[in-house]
Amino acid sequence: MESINAKYVSQKISKTRWRPVSHSSLQQPDIFATGSWDNEENKVSFWSILNNGGSEVEDGFEGDPHLLCEQRHDGDVMDLQFLDQDRIVTASSTGAVTIFRHHQNTQTVSVSQQWVRAHRYPCDNAPCTGVVCSSPEIVTVGEDGRIIVFRADQEGVIRVIENADSSTIHAVTYLRTTEILTVNSIGQLKLWDFRQQNNSPSQILSLSGDRVPLHCVDRHPNQQHVVATGGQDGMLCVWDVRQGNTPFSLMEAHTAEMWEVHFHPTNPDHLFTCSEDGSLLHWETSSHVDMPSFLQGGRNSSMMSHSAVLPPGGNQSLVSAWLSGDSTKGRLETTHMLPSQTLPVNSLDVLGQCLVCGTDGEAVFVNRQVSV
Amino acid sequence: MMEEVDVEPAVTNIPAANAGKHLGFAWGPGDILVYETLYKSAGAKGPCSSAIHEVRKDEDIYSPILRKLFNESHHIFVGLQTIREDLPSKNKKSQFVSISKNYRSVIRACMEELQQAAVSTKDSEVATQYGNQVSILLAIELIWNLCEVLFIDVAHAGVLLLQLLDWVRLHKADVDEKASEVLQSESPAEHRNYWDVVVSYVLQGRLEEARQMLIKQATLQPAARNMYKLMDSLLSKMPFYTPGGIQTLTEFEVKWRHWHDEVDRCLQDNSFASNQHLEFICKILVGDEDTLLAHKDLLGTWYHFLVTRLLFCHPTVKPTELHYYAQSCMTMFLDSRSVPEPLDNILLAAFEFDIHQVIKDCSIALNNWWFVAHLTDLLDHCHLLQSHNLHFGSNLREFLLLEYASGLFTHNSLWQLAVDYFDHCPEFGRVYLELQIERVPLDTEHKALKVLRICEKRQMSEQVRSICKIMAMRALRNNRLGSALSWSIRAKDAAFATLISERFLQDYCARGTFSDLDLIDNLGPAMLLSDRLTFLGKYREFHKLYGENRFREAAKLLLSLMTAKIAPRSFWMTLLTDALPLLEQKEVIFSADQTHELMFCLEELTSSLSNTGPGTDRTMQEEDIETTKVELLRLALARNLAMAIVKEGTVES
Repeated sequence: MESINAKYVSQKISKTRWRPVSHSSLQQPDIFATGSWDNEENKVSFWSILNNGGSEVEDGFEGDPHLLCEQRHDGDVMDLQFLDQDRIVTASSTGAVTIFRHHQNTQTVSVSQQWVRAHRYPCDNAPCTGVVCSSPEIVTVGEDGRIIVFRADQEGVIRVIENADSSTIHAVTYLRTTEILTVNSIGQLKLWDFRQQNNSPSQILSLSGDRVPLHCVDRHPNQQHVVATGGQDGMLCVWDVRQGNTPFSLMEAHTAEMWEVHFHPTNPDHLFTCSEDGSLLHWETSSHVDMPSFLQGGRNSSMMSHSAVLPPGGNQSLVSAWLSGDSTKGRLETTHMLPSQTLPVNSLDVLGQCLVCGTDGEAVFVNRQVSV
Repeated sequence: MMEEVDVEPAVTNIPAANAGKHLGFAWGPGDILVYETLYKSAGAKGPCSSAIHEVRKDEDIYSPILRKLFNESHHIFVGLQTIREDLPSKNKKSQFVSISKNYRSVIRACMEELQQAAVSTKDSEVATQYGNQVSILLAIELIWNLCEVLFIDVAHAGVLLLQLLDWVRLHKADVDEKASEVLQSESPAEHRNYWDVVVSYVLQGRLEEARQMLIKQATLQPAARNMYKLMDSLLSKMPFYTPGGIQTLTEFEVKWRHWHDEVDRCLQDNSFASNQHLEFICKILVGDEDTLLAHKDLLGTWYHFLVTRLLFCHPTVKPTELHYYAQSCMTMFLDSRSVPEPLDNILLAAFEFDIHQVIKDCSIALNNWWFVAHLTDLLDHCHLLQSHNLHFGSNLREFLLLEYASGLFTHNSLWQLAVDYFDHCPEFGRVYLELQIERVPLDTEHKALKVLRICEKRQMSEQVRSICKIMAMRALRNNRLGSALSWSIRAKDAAFATLISERFLQDYCARGTFSDLDLIDNLGPAMLLSDRLTFLGKYREFHKLYGENRFREAAKLLLSLMTAKIAPRSFWMTLLTDALPLLEQKEVIFSADQTHELMFCLEELTSSLSNTGPGTDRTMQEEDIETTKVELLRLALARNLAMAIVKEGTVES
């Protein structure tokens, strides 16, 4: 908590994302992008946390983020992803999907491509709620229940799944290169396989009966069948999409909507969640299973698990710590990462040792020493 | 009876409105809408402008830099509200002081950023605007700091002067700029501002720094060495009260008196007569009023004069005596011609410990509620405002907080901050929030969810219903039945759920298939919200059973939908038609009893239809189809009954 830096930015932040670093280097990220919402004029902005060589850093605080450049954004920024080092894709409340290019030599931002009203109702705009990309492919979802596939190098739309959902799709992520996962407002997790031509999900998983809306989803970076979701009641759900149609475990996390959940990209025993209740949680589980899984029953009441069975044939050392159900053994630790604050934390991103999050209190918090 | 106004209200000209036109207006929470009316007076002619003007009282919430002030102070405010009442008062006091300091440091940070922005901007108009905001913040911080010393920290005699000195030093920091300019010059002692700096140091009681400066002059004038030495010793010997030390106030007073006599003696025997500057300093040290007033330019303000005068004449001044000195210093300092500014009156009121006057004058003089609302709240937590009652609203604290929060609520984005302020207004906060929250424009479901969370957390069920209804209506308008149903389920709005279920059933009748199966199949307990929704869910269940060839279960469900009166009468014909393929199966599905019940349902339906009479607007063709259907059903039912009786009468071999 000591090393966390707050910067007030005069706009409510809906999304924060680190610029990716090349895989080969062990470099820490230094630039992140933010999107704002609910302002008279919304913006996408690029920030740097480096202060060497930059005489423009007046505050003198080490690592205090400073603005590199910004650009107007039509509508609320509903989601934001880096397509590559220079380009970001945003989802707008106007239904538009836009690619912005960050020119790093001149520190300017420009619109490089836009699909206006990609998500829409017959006579109104429909907010685009989520975007995920794997360059050059871009997949977006919206309140109109559509799933749309674009390519950054093509003007048209590659594929549309109309009526993919009868309710709002809140988030989307890749499961594999040809498969995506969506979560919706009636507590369902749907798996879509783009190799199939029919427009129906290949699998539907759901919370039993409660219909609690799900707001975010993230996939384990190494074990693609492990998926974490967060919903309106603030519960963290871990799913094994290979088995069962209900979550593997449910953990009480927040007291209000969980807006984002992220596995640490290189150290997936760590997971981060943020919420409308104003908290940011760091979850840590131990992957070194030193006890056979069949001895690890008896979960306590706050950690409800629906299945105690491990995937058949799963080698112990390969079983994800998130599915080994050892939460009761005190091996799942959660830490609050923000000093007490009451306003919602809308977004977070973690890369290397760096974490960034944005709040409705118009502040961006950066922690450069996350212990992972 | 009309209240007397304290100041004449400011006039705002509506630029586009023509002279002689009549204006109508409507109050908003933070602004006024003004429009030209059609009223035709004898003189005014011409077309009426169709424009509506928005007149804002508070421009500050639109300043991006001041927004940081609002956001940061919100955090401090919420922290202050959670200080426990049962803490020992001594701990509380130190907490209040530290909160007050936090508020001030936020003001200072904001001021610095504004200053930088003013310097870096190229637009002179913007620079002036920033400059004005800086001077307003400066005044705010000055007043706040004084209130902190006098009301929150409640400094006693002895300590009081030390704190007032700090206050003056902080707000008269131009001395340091001047000093560094002097010290960086080639020969500081010969710099034209040299003596100004020395005197300014003395006036602020920064005697150590004054001595350091004097040494530079002394080395230049070896002949006057003894004189400088004497001055140095006078300066070094001046006693200052040390709070928390072993020395009592009386002991300090005796010591100070001795020192004062010594300085006075030096003056009497003309020790410094040969050096005009040193003599001046010596006169300052004995607190000679005329000498002090001769340095008006270095003092700058009457309150600096006040503190300097106290330092050299009444270092053990008690809080209760302050107002007397303050009043006289102000009168002495200001020319008889010049009128005291609002700031002077506010500070004077503070020295007089008239908290309400301070708050009132600030409310009038400043264009935003931020300052008075936060200061009043803090003072109220220190239990300083209890005696005062307003004859409107609840109390002063709540009144000001409500005003401030209402202003925030008019802002596109800052409305979220206001919620916490309303929460801490026990009497009217909730009503304000209820009225305001319903008016937040909901552009996305995401925002609606945030607003809903605010309402649900506070059990504002009326507002929850209204928001869900808005969202459900919007979804319905966009033909998103699934979303619409989800929203009405969340609001537990049975009537609306019925309406949407009706739409689903209509769609089914028209198209023969259900839309949004992912939703209908997963209704769960939510199905019980309305009868029609239950029917929708159950009817879909029937189709599912049928699709899975579980005919017996399907038949039983279908029948129960009618006999238990879950299905609306208008839908019975569809249900009976659905029974047809089951009746036509080779195997007997409906038992004899069940068939009887089906027949009974059909008769009930046909008799109720014929009762409505032929006067309805159904065409002959429709009538024909209906008749054929009934005939077909009767036939199928009769055949099934026969088969069932035979089957049930046969003993299985």
